[in-house]
Amino acid sequence: MNALKFAAAALVASTAFAGAAVARDQIQMAGSSTVLPYASIVAEAFGENFSFPTPVVESGGSGAGRKKLCEGVGENTIDIANSSSRIKQSDIDLCATNGVTEIQEVRIGYDGIVFASDINGVTFAFTPADWYNALAAKVVKDGALVDNTAKTWADVNPDLPAQDILAFIPGTKHGTREVFDENVLTAGCEATGAHEAFKAAGDEKAKGCTALRTDGVSVDIDGDYTETLARIDANKNAIGVFGLSFYQNNTDKLQVATMSGVVPSTETIASGEYPVSRPLYFYVKNAHLDVIPGLQEYVEFFVSDEIAGPDGPLAAYGLVSDPELAKTQEMVKNRTPMAALN
Amino acid sequence: MTEATADSPAATGSTKSGSLFKAGARTRKRHASERRFRLMGLSAVIFGILALVGLMTSILSNGLSSFQQTYVTMDVFLDPAKLDKGGNLDPADLEKITTFTIQPLIQTAMQKTLEELGIAAEGVNAKQAFDLISKEAPGELRRYILADPTRIGKTVSFDLLASGRIDGYYKGRVTMESAALDSNVSPEQLMLADKLKQAGILEARFNWSFFTAPDASDTRPEAAGLGVAILGSAYMMMIVLVLALPIGVAASIYLEEFAPQNRWTDLIEVNISNLAAVPSIVFGILGLAIFINFVGLPQSAPIVGGLVLTLMTLPTIIIATRSALKAVPPSINDAALGIGASKMQAIFHHILPLAAPGILTGTIIGLAQALGETAPLLLIGMVAFVREYPGAPPEGFFDPASALPVQVYNWTQRGDPAFVERASGAIIVLLIFLVIMNAVAILLRRRFERRW
Repeated sequence: MNALKFAAAALVASTAFAGAAVARDQIQMAGSSTVLPYASIVAEAFGENFSFPTPVVESGGSGAGRKKLCEGVGENTIDIANSSSRIKQSDIDLCATNGVTEIQEVRIGYDGIVFASDINGVTFAFTPADWYNALAAKVVKDGALVDNTAKTWADVNPDLPAQDILAFIPGTKHGTREVFDENVLTAGCEATGAHEAFKAAGDEKAKGCTALRTDGVSVDIDGDYTETLARIDANKNAIGVFGLSFYQNNTDKLQVATMSGVVPSTETIASGEYPVSRPLYFYVKNAHLDVIPGLQEYVEFFVSDEIAGPDGPLAAYGLVSDPELAKTQEMVKNRTPMAALN
Repeated sequence: MTEATADSPAATGSTKSGSLFKAGARTRKRHASERRFRLMGLSAVIFGILALVGLMTSILSNGLSSFQQTYVTMDVFLDPAKLDKGGNLDPADLEKITTFTIQPLIQTAMQKTLEELGIAAEGVNAKQAFDLISKEAPGELRRYILADPTRIGKTVSFDLLASGRIDGYYKGRVTMESAALDSNVSPEQLMLADKLKQAGILEARFNWSFFTAPDASDTRPEAAGLGVAILGSAYMMMIVLVLALPIGVAASIYLEEFAPQNRWTDLIEVNISNLAAVPSIVFGILGLAIFINFVGLPQSAPIVGGLVLTLMTLPTIIIATRSALKAVPPSINDAALGIGASKMQAIFHHILPLAAPGILTGTIIGLAQALGETAPLLLIGMVAFVREYPGAPPEGFFDPASALPVQVYNWTQRGDPAFVERASGAIIVLLIFLVIMNAVAILLRRRFERRW
C-alpha cells in the first residue's frame, strides 16, 4: 500500500519535471564578467520594451560560457555565450561534436583597458616600454638580458615620478590579462629591443616577453575590479588595471594614466589612438533561434543603434561603440553563421 | 562552609601553615590557575564579541541606508502625439511604445516642473536635469501606460526614483567634492537636487521596493531590489523542508530503531557523518551532473537549487534526529512494548513526539545553513541576473530565480559604488531571516523539550 503510494507520487513528480522541462520561455546566457554589465543592461531594456520575459544573464567567465554553449542543442543548454575574447578552435570543435554546428559571432563593441591609481597620488604618463621595463622578469641593459632590478618608476624612465613600483594586474584566468600581455607587455618588449634579445638567445616565440617579476612588485588579482580598487585603497602607491567602464563609475576615487600620451576615453579607443583595447563578443546558437521565443529579437535589439550605438546606454556605461555596427546588424538579420577561424 | 572543606587537606597537616583562614602555597597556586583560566575564557568571549561588533557596525553603517530611497514627485503629461500616433489606442501599436519614446516626456516634465517652481537650474542643461531621475523611470511609466492605455492624454502625478548618485548625496556617499571629480554627476546637479528638496518634491522615504523589486542592471543601482531573491530563497527552503524532513526522519528512525547493528550500518553511519563535512561546492557539482545534465531539469531554477540543498542538509538533519531519538529514555520504549504496543506504535506514538523538538531544532538549523549557501548554486546557474519573478508554485519552481546570498555576491562585484550599500542591505535582510529561524529553533526547544 505504502509502496504503491510512493510509486504514484514519484510518477506524478516525474511527469511534472518532464512537463516543465519542455517549455522554456526566457533566453538564457552565460559567460564573461566583462560583458555581464552590458548584457544585463540590454536584458533589462529588452524586458522593458518587449512582451518577452527578461533574459537571464549568468557570469562565470568567457571560457566557461563558451563551453556551456557547446554542451549541445536543447532547452537545458544556454542560447548565448558572452565572451571577452574570440572563440577558440577547440570550442568550435567541441560544439561540432555536440551537434552545435551554426554559431553567430556578434561583435558588440570594444572595451578599453586603463591604468589607474589613487586620485590623490601623482599623475602618470606611461608607454608600453615603461610597463615592460617595470614588470618583466628580464630586461635589456646595455644590449644584454639581465634580471630586472628596477625599484621605482623613475628607475624605469627618468620622466616618471620616483614612486615604488607596485602594480595590480588581472590574474591569468581573466581575458583582460591576455590583452595586457599582448598590447602592453609584448609591445613594450618589442619597443625596448628585448624581443630581439630573446630571439637571439634561442627563445623562438619570445615567451620571455610575458614572464613577470616574482619579487612582489606585480600582483595578480584573481577577483574582479572591486578587489583591485580595494587593494589600491589600502596601497596608495599602487597602480591597477581596470576596464574603462569601471573607471568611469569611480572617477572620484581613481585617476587614469595616459598610455603613449593618449588619455583613454570612448573616443580615443574608437579611433584606435589609445592602444590597449579589445573587442567584446557574444555567440548565438542558431539552432535555438526559432525555438526560444524572443531570441532573434534580443540579438537584433542588442546591436540596434539605440542600444549599441555611440549615444546608447552601452556607450554611456563605457562600451566603445563598434564603427562597423551596421555590418553586424545586417549579419544578425540574415542569421549568418560565423566562418571558420583563420 | 565550602571554603573550609576545600582547605581541609591543608588543615590535616600536609602543609606547614595549618590555618583554615590562610591559604597555603598549593591552594594559592590552584586558585591562581583557576583565575588565569577564567580570564582566558573571558578574553576569548570578548574577542568574539568584538569581532561580531566590528562586523555588525560595518554592515549596518554601510547597509542601513538602503532601507531609505530618494524619490522625486512630478506631474508627467502623457502626450498622445508621441505615445499614440494612430490615435486609436490600438494595443498592437501601444506595445511598440519604447522607453526611448517615453524618455523625452519625462525630460519635458522635469523642465516644466522647474519652470513652475521657479527654480533656475544654473549650469545644468535639460539632459543633465533629466539625469537626476533614475533610468528605471521610463520603464515604470511604460508599464503604467500599458496597464491602462486610457491614461494617455492625461497628466499624472508620478513618484519617480532619483538616480543613484543623487540618492547617494542624501546618504552621505556622494559629496560636493567627490561630485566635482565624478564623471556621472556634477556639483551643479547636486545643487539642483537641493533646490528640489527645498521645494518639497524630492524626499526620502522608506524603501519598500528594496524588498519587492527585482534586481536591476549596473546603471540603475537605485532600482535594485531583493524581490526575486527572496522568492527564490523561499521556494528553495520549501523544497528542502518538504524533501529533507521526511527523508531525514525516516532514515534516522530506521537506522536508530530497526536497522541491525552490523558492518553495513556502521559504514552508513560513518558516511553520513562524513557527508555533513563535505564542502558544499561538491553538492553543486553533483547537482549539475545529475539534475541538469542527466535528468534534464532547467538551469537557474529553484527546483534544482532546492534538490542540491536538500542533499546538503540531509546529513545535518539525520544526525540531529538520531541524537534526539537517542535522548528519549529507553524506559518509555520498554513500557510501550510491555503493554503490547508494536514496535511501530511505540515509535510513532511515544518516541517520536518526545523527540520532535530536537528534530525540529535540527531541521531549522539545517535550513538556516542552506539559506546562507552560495557555492553549490554557482554551478547550477543560479548566480545570475534574473529580473523576472518566478511563477506561483509548483510551476514556479522551474522558473529561473536568484537567491539571497547570491544577490549579495552579485552586488559586491558591480562597478557602481552604490551597490556596496545594496549588498550590505541584503546582508542585513539575510541576517534577519537567519536570526528569526534560529530564534524559532531556540523557542521550540525551550517550550517543548522534556528533560529526564
